[in-house]
Amino acid sequence: MQTYLQENTAIAAVATPAGAGAVGIVRLSGMGALQIAEKVFRPSHSKTPLCGMKGYTGCLGRVETAEGQIDEAVAFVYRAPHSYTGEDVVELCCHGNTLLLQRVLDALLQAGAQPAGPGEFTRRAFENGKLSLDQAESVMELINAQSESGARAALAARDGALWKTISACTEQLLDASAHLTAWVDYPEEGVEEVENGALLATLREVEGRLNRLLEGYDAGRILRQGVDTVIAGRPNVGKSTLMNLLAGARRSIVTAIPGTTRDVVEDSVRLGRLVLRLSDTAGLRATDDPVEQAGVEIARERLASCDLAFAMFDSSRPLEEEDLELAALLKGRPCVAIINKTDLERRLDTAKLTESFGAVVEMSANTGKGVEDLTAAVEGLLLSESFDPAQPALVTARQKDCVRRAASAIGEACGALEMGLTYDALSVCIDEATDALLELTGGRATIDVVDRVFEKFCVGK
Amino acid sequence: MDYFAGEYDVAVIGGGHAGAEAALAAARLGCSAILFTISLDAIGNLPCNPAIGGTAKGHLVREIDALGGEMARAADATMLQSRMLNLGKGPAVHSLRTQNDRAAYHIYMKRVLERQPNLDVKQAEITEVRVDEKGHVNAVVTAMGAVFGAKKVIIATGTYLGGKIFVGEYCEESGPDGTHPAKQLTASLRGLGLELRRFKTGTPARVQRGSINFAELEVQPGDEPVVPFSFDTDPATLKNKVVCHSNYTNADTHRVIMENIHRSPLYGGAIEGIGPRYCPSIEDKVVRFSDKPRHQFFIEPMGMDTEEMYLQGLSSSLPEEVQLKLYRTIKGLENVKIMRSAYAIEYDCIDPTCLWPTLETKAVPGLYGTGQFNGTSGYEEAAAQGLLAGINAARAVQGKEPITLERSSSYIGTLVDDLVTKGCLDPYRMMTSRSEYRLLLRHDNADVRLTPLGHEIGLISEARWKKFQTQQEEKRAEIDRLEKLTIPGSDELNALLERLGTTPLNGGIRAAELMRRPQVGYADLAPFDPQRPALDPHVVEQVEIEIKYAGYIKKQEAQVAEMHRLEGTPLPAGFDYKTISGLRLEAIEKLNRIQPANLGQASRISGVSPADIGVLHIWLTAQRRAEKHN
Repeated sequence: MQTYLQENTAIAAVATPAGAGAVGIVRLSGMGALQIAEKVFRPSHSKTPLCGMKGYTGCLGRVETAEGQIDEAVAFVYRAPHSYTGEDVVELCCHGNTLLLQRVLDALLQAGAQPAGPGEFTRRAFENGKLSLDQAESVMELINAQSESGARAALAARDGALWKTISACTEQLLDASAHLTAWVDYPEEGVEEVENGALLATLREVEGRLNRLLEGYDAGRILRQGVDTVIAGRPNVGKSTLMNLLAGARRSIVTAIPGTTRDVVEDSVRLGRLVLRLSDTAGLRATDDPVEQAGVEIARERLASCDLAFAMFDSSRPLEEEDLELAALLKGRPCVAIINKTDLERRLDTAKLTESFGAVVEMSANTGKGVEDLTAAVEGLLLSESFDPAQPALVTARQKDCVRRAASAIGEACGALEMGLTYDALSVCIDEATDALLELTGGRATIDVVDRVFEKFCVGK
Repeated sequence: MDYFAGEYDVAVIGGGHAGAEAALAAARLGCSAILFTISLDAIGNLPCNPAIGGTAKGHLVREIDALGGEMARAADATMLQSRMLNLGKGPAVHSLRTQNDRAAYHIYMKRVLERQPNLDVKQAEITEVRVDEKGHVNAVVTAMGAVFGAKKVIIATGTYLGGKIFVGEYCEESGPDGTHPAKQLTASLRGLGLELRRFKTGTPARVQRGSINFAELEVQPGDEPVVPFSFDTDPATLKNKVVCHSNYTNADTHRVIMENIHRSPLYGGAIEGIGPRYCPSIEDKVVRFSDKPRHQFFIEPMGMDTEEMYLQGLSSSLPEEVQLKLYRTIKGLENVKIMRSAYAIEYDCIDPTCLWPTLETKAVPGLYGTGQFNGTSGYEEAAAQGLLAGINAARAVQGKEPITLERSSSYIGTLVDDLVTKGCLDPYRMMTSRSEYRLLLRHDNADVRLTPLGHEIGLISEARWKKFQTQQEEKRAEIDRLEKLTIPGSDELNALLERLGTTPLNGGIRAAELMRRPQVGYADLAPFDPQRPALDPHVVEQVEIEIKYAGYIKKQEAQVAEMHRLEGTPLPAGFDYKTISGLRLEAIEKLNRIQPANLGQASRISGVSPADIGVLHIWLTAQRRAEKHN
């Protein structure tokens, strides 16, 4: 119900058709659209923030979040009433990659926008007098046609892992609510006391499941749009050679002079069942060259934000301080240590590396020997557990929004419980979470809870 | 032979809790009113448990009082024991319940009705409701042929309408407590286009006090000090007069039930009516929850002047001799004597989605439904609807706008909205979980929520209104004072905080800030707040809750504001939704039947999707624009 409850709240959606196109547009419309867009959009040159821009103007910049840059984009600002919907509108024109656009949309939702319902931009346009009366009927037809196809998709998803997980969480919340309700509404009927510890454990468990779903949303993205992979290591350890090997082409300039790769070179390559978006970075070393220094800095940042790192080491040379520094930098991050140049005489003590890295692969980027081991290591790392494609994954921004609202309401309930607040306050938060999940699977908390009370508890005079 | 017997603005059929409130409200608002009852000796009867209130129902009683109804005063005047349930579970679910003297309650209500100016009370069975050529009600007819002209008619027939009693294989057309049933009215209502169905309910046996061995039972004392239901009642006048007792069934009891379950009319198939889920008979409990080794029940006195005791939790429709046998398996009841047998009762009622939110029927203008006739159960639910129907009938007579209550305003509003929007498949009982706004709908603030409306309607006396306004000013001033008052840090204060189980302080702190800690109460801070004014406990309660729960209350108020946008968008009355393209078939069918008053109500109809609401939204805008053009 969310969408139609909040009449002028900012809504966002990908406005261009799904599939590859040169340009994709994410549209944001409604109250505070400019403020929300400003949170994720950094102008490249202009000093004027988005909120200061006039209508019908554009600005080049980057879409980025705390987690890093998503894409370059041009932001177009339209001021009410001179826009498609008649409201304040921001359109972010990005590259036409569906998955990239999804990430931009996510960033806007995170910043406070609501996912737009079927036909909602058009509906608003109509209501604000932007479309003629003749168009009203076609809009009305459109809304239900779109929501029907959405419903069919949801129905088809019923057997899916996502549906099952959401239903299981809803069940747990309804059970908790029903117990609270039975205990509160029938205080003298011997309903088992609601026990703080057990309730908190249940709530935390559901919260955990939902948070894993939210994390899995990003994991799903990894599968669909490629693993953001950074190759790092000392200069001349063979990073560019590896990149070229995997890409099957000479992409980076390979020379024997350390420090040849000064900026980030990217390429998408297939490795086993995964697509890696490889970045070859400048070698990590202390340098006085300001250009190379900047490159090193970028490499460090990329290491902190990537999905996967290849840490490369030279088998033919003993471990140096910079190698250890790299190992420390990658501690706790998904990472494969690659001992390169195994075709040369070994001078490296590998014991130390096996200690620091979960996955160690020996290979020769030059000859291509050991690529199978690398493939197995990467798949083992990314396609297990939370990255398993058979696991539930949130597919749409709307699903993610519902789950996020539920998780946050449960967080609030846990907070209230831990603070020692009474059950009435708590139960309202649990209902809110349940309603958010029921938006995905159907039903309404207050009715479902009452039904469950009588189903599960022997209450009544 | 019919004869003309008089002319009234409002006629009320039934003298139970719904009928009494409806008649009083209409008469008090200046209408000439008449109340018909099959037996004058059954006015305000408590045919089931001798108790008023309880969870969510206590809230309803408070709201009835805040709007200007009678039930709260009657309950206070006739209470034998009072308890505040759910203390410690949060102020939103604190619930007041009293045990009441059944006979005294009846006498109280009968006297109030008899002494009410503008109101006549008459013993008669109404057999027919008549309408004029436009289909609007204009008269009711008694079994003896008296025709009473009436501009508005309110049905409050309870379990009398088509009433049928079952005790095992025994079955008899009857109202509750051995009264006559209303046998002919159903046919008349069907003739007017109303669809009726059967519901059932049940009541346990009344047993003789002297036959119970109380030494074997647990004592249930009342709570002191007694908190009154009515904002008018002086708490000092109320004292607990009796104790109740509790006990458990056992394996033997369950064996007796299972051995005779085939003799239950419900399990045998004799009863067609749908019973309430929340009020299962003991055989229901034993069958459905067969893993439970025992079920608790309560023994409550029926009054000060009677030896009859009520067995709360042991309602049954098993044969009389099985009842006796099963009761006697219980410790303390080995020699129990039954004075009135437990029975199930089946009756006629409507599907409440055939009502407007004013409780007027859609089929017959001027005809209102209330209480069990609308598919609810419980004295409090009935009284709440009676009050609302009485108010609306009177306002309709006087040409005033009807009153409808939003869900966010009250449990009464929630009750009526649930009934007319969602309907009910079994007798509807109010519960706190039925309200999504339960932190706002507390029993302590019923006056804040509804007394201004009650005053505007004309059911709140000037004295009461002045008192309310004074209390609200005191409350605001005290909250203001506590928000500003700094309590300096001290060893004494830290000792108190540690004793209450919360973190000590390094310096001073605002009193309100301290009260936001769940562990710290207003009373705890008295030693550190010497300037504190003397306030009514009712005001103190509101001050404390409004400070403590400010964050959550604000959150709920934001939800209400959000919903208001939809509630504030009216839909046309009597409209055929088939003419709107883009609506789904199921939505068209539901919208045509319910005829929701606004988008908010439409959004709560099951089968109307958010997309349908979107379509309605656009359609409304198009209509508005077309109107502007013309």
